[in-house]
Amino acid sequence: MNYNVDSNGYYGNFGGAYIPEMLYPNVEELRQRYLEVMNEPDFKVTFDKLLRDYVGRPSPLYFASRLSEKHGARIYLKREDLNHTGAHKINNTIGQILMARKLGKKRIIAETGAGQHGVATATVCALMGMECVVYMGEIDIARQAPNVARMKMLGATVRPALSGSRTLKDATNEAIRDWINNPVDTHYIIGSAIGPHPYPDMVTRFQSIISEEIKWQLKEKEGRENPDYVIACIGGGSNAAGTYYHFLDQPEVGIIAVEAAGKGIHSGESAATSILGKEGIIHGCKTLLMQSEDGQITEPYSISAGLDYPGVGPMHAHLYTSGRGEFYSATDDEAMHAGLELAKLEGIIPAIESSHAFAVFNHKNFKKDDIVVISLSGRGDKDLDTYINYFNL
Amino acid sequence: MNRIEKKLQEDKKLLSIYFTAGYPQINDTTDIIQSLEKEGVDLIEIGLPFSDPLADGPTIQQSSTDALKNGMSTAVLFEQLKDIRKTVSIPLIIMGYFNPILQFGVEEFCKKCHEIGIDGLIIPDLPVDVYKREYQALFEQYGLFNIFLITPQTSDERIRFIDAVSNGFIYMVSSASVTGAKSEFGNTQESYFKRISDMDLKTPQIVGFGISNATTFQAATKYAHGAIIGSAFIKCLNEKGITGIPDFIGSIR
Ligand SMILES: Cc1ncc(COP(=O)(O)O)c(C=O)c1O
Repeated sequence: MNYNVDSNGYYGNFGGAYIPEMLYPNVEELRQRYLEVMNEPDFKVTFDKLLRDYVGRPSPLYFASRLSEKHGARIYLKREDLNHTGAHKINNTIGQILMARKLGKKRIIAETGAGQHGVATATVCALMGMECVVYMGEIDIARQAPNVARMKMLGATVRPALSGSRTLKDATNEAIRDWINNPVDTHYIIGSAIGPHPYPDMVTRFQSIISEEIKWQLKEKEGRENPDYVIACIGGGSNAAGTYYHFLDQPEVGIIAVEAAGKGIHSGESAATSILGKEGIIHGCKTLLMQSEDGQITEPYSISAGLDYPGVGPMHAHLYTSGRGEFYSATDDEAMHAGLELAKLEGIIPAIESSHAFAVFNHKNFKKDDIVVISLSGRGDKDLDTYINYFNL
Repeated sequence: MNRIEKKLQEDKKLLSIYFTAGYPQINDTTDIIQSLEKEGVDLIEIGLPFSDPLADGPTIQQSSTDALKNGMSTAVLFEQLKDIRKTVSIPLIIMGYFNPILQFGVEEFCKKCHEIGIDGLIIPDLPVDVYKREYQALFEQYGLFNIFLITPQTSDERIRFIDAVSNGFIYMVSSASVTGAKSEFGNTQESYFKRISDMDLKTPQIVGFGISNATTFQAATKYAHGAIIGSAFIKCLNEKGITGIPDFIGSIR
């Protein structure tokens, strides 16, 4: 089976570009040009150079000995938390801002939930001297104040999304509306492996540096390129897509996804999209999404603002329904305790999104010599308030 | 003959009105339709509300949110419309986003529309190529026209392609923007309207987005066959309710 995007922009039954005609010229231009641009020698050179000198790549692959001892497996952490701006998000924004420049765009828009993608976008816009507008749900603006301040300091305009539930999905709607209103000079930097084709594939390719590095790093450390498992948390699925990419066609590598179960999968306050979702269309993409019987998109919930998206990228919908991926979901409580455990055992405070990946040990037992690579997608600085309140620190 | 096609043969500039089903009150649907027909409106677009209307501005977003809160759904709308052809003969079009239709089942949806006497559909996020590949046969089986959008950014080549697939009319989006009322159009719109008119398409064009009053209606219909008013009508319903309809329609032409 093919787990990558096909020539029509689908992963199995999922993907495509279900967009209003107003967006067609921009999305079509991107579709026609993204692969060609990404393969231009000067694009590659600039991208690689920025990832190295500006982002700080390669990010370490760290053998977590105490965590390994505790859970009985050989656990490696892919340290995306050590990237500039503190998460994997910047791999994608560096790629997309270079793409935007190649396409002659002058103005950048983005959506953000936790603010990580907003910060990563504002950062590359500052770097390139481009105008930047970030849409963020009014509720998220209140719960992620430090990231709002960062974006402002970086020169971005943060516009509150006041419609609907005033969180990530509404911020995405507002960004799409902005793009409809500004069809000529603007590029939309989507922050996850979601949206109309070619976005899921383009974002995945920019994030695929994660698994590219894992391969040679693991070869150095263990004498083999392929781990037994790769594990990542999934919001829209960009860190996961990057972590899986070079292993998709290696059946000996198990692919594990951890979604946010919020207060419990069936509590009505959850973001466990693959389990609760049905096939449908969100933000221009056919995928699994949480919706009512009548096809209205429902509001997800997670303690982590970066995971409460009601859909999942089309690659992951395909990995789930084809059985290639193993999907688990972790509750708020499980994630918070997994985050605390990582802090205590390894001296690393993870983003709460990433903490969900570490809750995998509540759901799956590994063999002692299994080599398990976990994507540590971001650091916990932005979440300190949540940790403080939760644990009464 | 499809009612839309027949209407388009009349020698006049058509006035089409959009409203969101279930707004302002859940049971206003049939009253609004009857009142619009009585006031001489030519076409009606019944908006099936969606939680995430990507192509809509604040007015229609709000009416959609309110309608959903009022309990509107695909099943409720079909129930309200089931006897509508006993009282009106005006062409009726359902305008809605694709996901609720997909969940209802596209074939089942088309079948229901056919039973009720709906003449056409506007589904902004169902792209023309997907329609052609997967759904055109079904729509035709149930006698439904599917109306496509074009915008000032749509290339001539694509307009020709859309023209070839279209029946009824082409929905000409007035400017690069989401829905919402404007008080006037500028030179850019005028030259765009003229450019499209000069293309001599087989399918008539009706202009939508940004039409709110007699001035914008006249400007939009100088070249095109008609114009659609949405947000401005919703505002009228919000302020004056159904009783405000005669004055509103009277003020347009
Ligand atoms: C640190 C971190 N991890 C993961 C995510 C979830 O996004 P994705 O599923 O696209 O990796 C976010 C989103 O904000 C994040 O900030």
